[in-house]
Amino acid sequence: MKVVYFAWVRERIGKAEETVEPPAEVRTVGELINWLAGRGETYAHAFETPRVIRAAIDHAHVPPETAIAGAREIAFFPPMTGG
Amino acid sequence: MTTPVTIRLQEADFDTAREVAAMSAGRTDVGAVVSFSGVCRGGVDGDAIDALTLEHYPGMAEAEIGRHVEEALARWPLLGVTVIHRYGRIEPGENIVLVVTASSHRQAAFEAAEFLMDYLKTRAPFWKREDRAAGDTNWVDAAAHDDAAAARWTKS
Repeated sequence: MKVVYFAWVRERIGKAEETVEPPAEVRTVGELINWLAGRGETYAHAFETPRVIRAAIDHAHVPPETAIAGAREIAFFPPMTGG
Repeated sequence: MTTPVTIRLQEADFDTAREVAAMSAGRTDVGAVVSFSGVCRGGVDGDAIDALTLEHYPGMAEAEIGRHVEEALARWPLLGVTVIHRYGRIEPGENIVLVVTASSHRQAAFEAAEFLMDYLKTRAPFWKREDRAAGDTNWVDAAAHDDAAAARWTKS
């Protein structure tokens, strides 16, 4: 699945998007965050405080307990500061 | 008749007066036009910035703003809505965002404009980065008072 990152999540990881293939036991957005955090130092830094990370599946906000099955694009980003 | 809705995300500046005038041009049903402009400040408490850089999530930003405009149209008797949000580098004094709402009477236009701004600040996927001299950059933290402002529109 395609994963995209924005703002300081993107900067800490060092890339804007990538394709990842998490194992089958990674079923929710929250579990995907934990799995990504284990991929290396840059990921651990980006996801060091999971409760502040916001997520979207296919351009709609979702809470961490949301299932990732069938998602085309999952986004992770900090709380929004537009307007 | 379908309410005219304009949603634009753009790097370029916009002409606030023109957008406000367009809301009632050529029609006689509009009795109230409310506009809110968000403008880039030069810094806080003497801590000057060179510019803001606005990052956004293309595709989701349009979709999210569209969802909130739909909700505003369902909640208030609006005759027109315009939302313009800039991205990229924005210098102090420049426009960041514009919300224009039109209705027959002022209350709906005022409330809908405030509702849209409160949701833009907390739910639209934009992030502000402060750029200072010597390449120093800092992502702006989300403000708890913005979350509280958005929460008061939630139906209980």
